[in-house]
Amino acid sequence: MLSRSAENLFWLSRYMERAEATARLIEMGRRMAMLPSLGTQDDWLSVVRASGSAAFLPEGETANEASVIDLLLLREDNPSSIRSSLSRARANAKSVRTAMTRQMWETLNDGWRMLDGLDGAGAVRDLSAHLDWVATLTATFRGAAEASMLRDDRYDFLRLGGYVERADMTLRLLDVKYYVLLPETEVIGGGRDHHQWTSVLGALSGMRAFHHLYKGDFSPWKITDFVILNSAFPRSLAFSYQQIVEHLNNLAARYDAESPCARTAWDALMRISRIGAGEIFSTGLHEFVINAISVNNRLSEEIAETYHFQGH
Amino acid sequence: MFDEMGTPEAIRAPYLDVAQWVEATGVDLLKLRRDEAEAIFRRIGITFAVYGEGADPERLIPFDLVPRVFSAAEWRRIDRGVKQRARALNAFLYDVYHRGEILKAGVIPEALVYRNSAFLSEMVGVEPPGRVYSHIVGIDIVRTGDSDFYVLEDNCRTPSGVSYMLENREIMMRMFPELFRGRMVEPVDAYPKELYRTLTEVAPPACKGEPTVVLLTPGSLNSAYYEHSFLADLMGIELVEPQDLFVENGFVWMRTTLGPERVDVIYRRIDDDYLDPLAFRPDSMLGVAGLFDVYRAGGVTICSAPGAGIGDDKAIYCFVPNMIRFYLGETPILQNVPTWRCAVADDLTYVLEHLEELVVKEVHGSGGYGMLIGPAASKKERADYAERIKADPDGFIAQPTLQLSTAPTLASKGLAPRHVDFRPFCLVGREARLVPGGLTRVAMREGSLVVNSSQGGGVKDTWVLSE
Repeated sequence: MLSRSAENLFWLSRYMERAEATARLIEMGRRMAMLPSLGTQDDWLSVVRASGSAAFLPEGETANEASVIDLLLLREDNPSSIRSSLSRARANAKSVRTAMTRQMWETLNDGWRMLDGLDGAGAVRDLSAHLDWVATLTATFRGAAEASMLRDDRYDFLRLGGYVERADMTLRLLDVKYYVLLPETEVIGGGRDHHQWTSVLGALSGMRAFHHLYKGDFSPWKITDFVILNSAFPRSLAFSYQQIVEHLNNLAARYDAESPCARTAWDALMRISRIGAGEIFSTGLHEFVINAISVNNRLSEEIAETYHFQGH
Repeated sequence: MFDEMGTPEAIRAPYLDVAQWVEATGVDLLKLRRDEAEAIFRRIGITFAVYGEGADPERLIPFDLVPRVFSAAEWRRIDRGVKQRARALNAFLYDVYHRGEILKAGVIPEALVYRNSAFLSEMVGVEPPGRVYSHIVGIDIVRTGDSDFYVLEDNCRTPSGVSYMLENREIMMRMFPELFRGRMVEPVDAYPKELYRTLTEVAPPACKGEPTVVLLTPGSLNSAYYEHSFLADLMGIELVEPQDLFVENGFVWMRTTLGPERVDVIYRRIDDDYLDPLAFRPDSMLGVAGLFDVYRAGGVTICSAPGAGIGDDKAIYCFVPNMIRFYLGETPILQNVPTWRCAVADDLTYVLEHLEELVVKEVHGSGGYGMLIGPAASKKERADYAERIKADPDGFIAQPTLQLSTAPTLASKGLAPRHVDFRPFCLVGREARLVPGGLTRVAMREGSLVVNSSQGGGVKDTWVLSE
């Protein structure tokens, strides 16, 4: 297939994944802001930072619900906002329309048209409805791809982008929130920490799943185990890397060619599957996260190089 | 004035079913369905882009639900006439880029060809596979009476609109399945398959085995981009942009995830000027450097061939009936509209004296831009246009204002007659092929004769009834 098509598919699904994760981050901020005496700007600021949008917050300006909604939902100039993610996803899709099924295209086109008329006041008033709508849209897109796409290299590139972005979003959430998971804060915190931890789970839509697996044991080790190492949880780092490895292997088999990116992904997956939560904490959660983010970035670059992307 | 459906007292036979259906459905339901159809078109993204007018550049072409119908006998004539014309045009193109027999025989003035800006001297002596220059010929046909069909113009380069033929049928079948049940409407959905077959038939000599065919588009901002992606998709070929292609070792390659892959046939939907900056437009950044050299050496086929535009030049148009006689030894089946060439002194005098009854067109114009419709223009507009003609007589032709046939169309107060034309798409590979159908364009404004989509024209599904 055309390198440009592969590149467009890869990025288009990164944008869709980013839109979805950003919607969940806003939801997380809103929940934290609703807790008594916890509604400080720090919570909103952490949302902005986790989405990678801190640079777009004007110097000295506080982050609050309205400013975060503007920044993460509506702003066109912020590449991490939902609006710019969805419109870039559609622009990418448009230039690879032949690589997509009609259902997939129609979903993206609908999304783009819906966002067109949305303004700040409307967004604040009906925030939950809009966030739900983003979740539905991205799920519909994923489902349309699942149900209608040929299982060829196009599918692999589409999925790859989604999982690379998902790993990135999970890691960036941890990068911003790692301090609440550090054991020391247990002493200082109390009730607040419980909410902080659960907010991490909420941002990953993993609350129910966590209860199911860990029976309400909200210790930092269990949460770390769940979010990073548990390959049964689809938003964990381990799951994302399993999928990345699978799709890179598919491509290597289709093209009958070894690739450095498959090697990188495999090494990362091995590391995740061998390390335990205890070891992560003993070597430093933050260091682990920072390192994983840089591995993920390198992986994305290697994929671009291996399959002749022309630079995004 | 000829109406395709006839009169309420005497409905023409091909329209009996349609008339009955309209009657039974009722105008209100039709309007509702029309809105639904437009919502579907928008959802699918069947749009074309109009830039420079502000607002959202993605526009819908108005779709009218009432089909335009041809009887089997009418179609037989169109089919033969269109194929005849497409063959003659290709013979002409081969001739003017080789020995120029028709010019030597004095049938067409030499200057009209050799001094024409659409004549590409770089193409002289080039041998395109199968001697085909124009692989998709769009022929615009109008009707003025029961058996009076005229060709308004030929499109030898990259005629567009065929996606509407396919999508209009698709949506009609989706919305009104009962309308097709038991009625004998010829299907049009073989077009992509026939197009692909045509393209593979003209693979270059250097290609052994199954040729790799691509569709070359200027990109997603082009006004016909939807059609490009639609056709590539239905043919199962790659939709490439110039930056996806490069030339090396005498061949054209596309950049793929597996590295370079050789390309044999390029169905291009970009103009000659933007094909190859080395050959045609040194100032252009667009195109594929070196493409033309590979083409000339038989390493790749470009469809349509560069320089095919000389065949659909409006000054050349006047001579197509002569071409049919000259190359095929046949009598033209479809008539030309009588045309005055302002380059000829007598014609010029006549045109300037009769502006109020003529349609005047720029020889190199297209899309309905820059034309004068004499009867509809003001005195001042006619006077201004006369000055333009006098300044450059070679640049204009004139034709009588034809009373294009009307077809019933859904308007605000119910069905009303609106003027229509018709563009079938003839495919030319080893043989000439025509899918039974085409694009019916309709002037949505009452009385208007301009059907171009860029000027607010709409489209209809076109039915060809089987025997």
